[in-house]
Amino acid sequence: MSLDKKLYTLKYSPDTESHLRPDKEKCKTCKSKNCTYICPAQVYEWSEEKQEVIVNYENCLECGACRIACEKQSIDWKYPKGTKGVTFKQG
Amino acid sequence: MLNRENKTDVIIVGAGPAGIACGITLARAGKEVVIIERGLFAGSKNVFGGAIYTKPTLEIFPNFETEAPVERRNIEHNFAILGEKDSTTITYRKDDNTSYSVIRGKFDRWAAEEARKAGAYIVEETVVRELIKENDKIVGVKTELEEFYADVVILADGVNSLLAKQIGLRKDIQTKDVALSVKEVIKLDKETINQRFRLKDDEGSIVEIFGGPMLGMLGLGFMYTNKDSVTIGLGVTLNELVEEGLRPYDILEKLKQHPTIAPLIEGGTIKEYSAHLIPEGGYKAIPQLCDNGVVIVGDAAMLVNNLHWEGTNLAMISGKLAAETVLEAFEKKDFSKSTLSIYETKLKNSFVLKDMETYKDLMDVMHSRKKAFLSYYMKKINAFFEMFTSVDGVPKKENYHKFIKSIFTDRKISELFKDAWAIIKLLWSILL
Repeated sequence: MSLDKKLYTLKYSPDTESHLRPDKEKCKTCKSKNCTYICPAQVYEWSEEKQEVIVNYENCLECGACRIACEKQSIDWKYPKGTKGVTFKQG
Repeated sequence: MLNRENKTDVIIVGAGPAGIACGITLARAGKEVVIIERGLFAGSKNVFGGAIYTKPTLEIFPNFETEAPVERRNIEHNFAILGEKDSTTITYRKDDNTSYSVIRGKFDRWAAEEARKAGAYIVEETVVRELIKENDKIVGVKTELEEFYADVVILADGVNSLLAKQIGLRKDIQTKDVALSVKEVIKLDKETINQRFRLKDDEGSIVEIFGGPMLGMLGLGFMYTNKDSVTIGLGVTLNELVEEGLRPYDILEKLKQHPTIAPLIEGGTIKEYSAHLIPEGGYKAIPQLCDNGVVIVGDAAMLVNNLHWEGTNLAMISGKLAAETVLEAFEKKDFSKSTLSIYETKLKNSFVLKDMETYKDLMDVMHSRKKAFLSYYMKKINAFFEMFTSVDGVPKKENYHKFIKSIFTDRKISELFKDAWAIIKLLWSILL
């Protein structure tokens, strides 16, 4: 089953601005870019064209893995606002 | 702090098992408690494997077995060692009322309601952004909208505990100290679940899964039966995913397709996908547990015994012990670090830190010898049974000799000795 289908099972209340803010300059120098694969919701995508990381923060499951895994420690990671983000009904 | 507005006795950040256990204990003792939860409701940001343990849960909620929304009473614990295609499973079955499967979104919500009935205030949909410090003591919290003050603040804000980090009680978490867990809850009707797992009525089954797509990795899978769904998930140490360049949901997909697992979930539809970090750093990664006006409980304090799949019980009991400490502090009217450190003594005298200490070397050994214990020997177990069950005209003695020889030829003898030594050392540290 594709990840999109999995994410479709979740209830989200997305904010209008991102709660995840990678330092895009640091990202440019990052070799591993491990946020682009370890994230369980594939929030991060590297755009070769723009040479920057695209953050699909609306899909975030708020686990915190990216913050810890980032080799550049470049992600300013906050919880979304109280009324926003993901709601797990079957956690 | 003279007659400050928004001042209460205790503020608890997080309405998970640790926060609620702490809050309900304090509220029952007559303290004014405010529990601040960032989710829409308690449990809505929480994910776990699947079981709560009867005895410790009864300590906090004597009525839970009859009143809480539990799913099934577990009567069977399976240990499945998966090879690439084959598997060996050991089953322990006894209806001894050790644990129940629950769903956090239902159980935590019920638990929070119990705390509310006991007199605690629960403020939902509110994120604590900062702790307020005055004269070297934590005196309150800052949310997005306002400030709340209290004599003591309890950090039950979960594995990421940004607040503990902010006030310097813990360092940044290392990738080896957390496992990233992904899981799916798969809808199946009750009859099908009962047939597939050999259960009747509300009996439940747990499957602990080793190997398979996680062979050689510090990762484990799990399955739990719910009333009309089955939970399947896995947790892999974050450094493993980083080093191997793996996507956690890809590993879960492979696990779901393993010939031993697939028939159990066949025909089911996914109800929900979720992910969460598990604090698995063990004893050595436990942060400083208190400071002036502040105490850390549950996942925020790294209190997880991963070998025994225990977390919620350590959370609840740590919450309760923190509450008992805070009550003593109120009697003394002293909320300094030295008084609050009674909490640490209480934890040390309980199973919580005793168990954590027992396994203090476990993760180091597993990290250094994972290819041995989480791949080589698991494959050998399956290879043994493959040999033992084969009926191929080869004389048994030849099969035995071949198998024994393979143990010494497939792995360097020096490595075998190192493995044995690691196990002896580990057992020594556990038992003595």
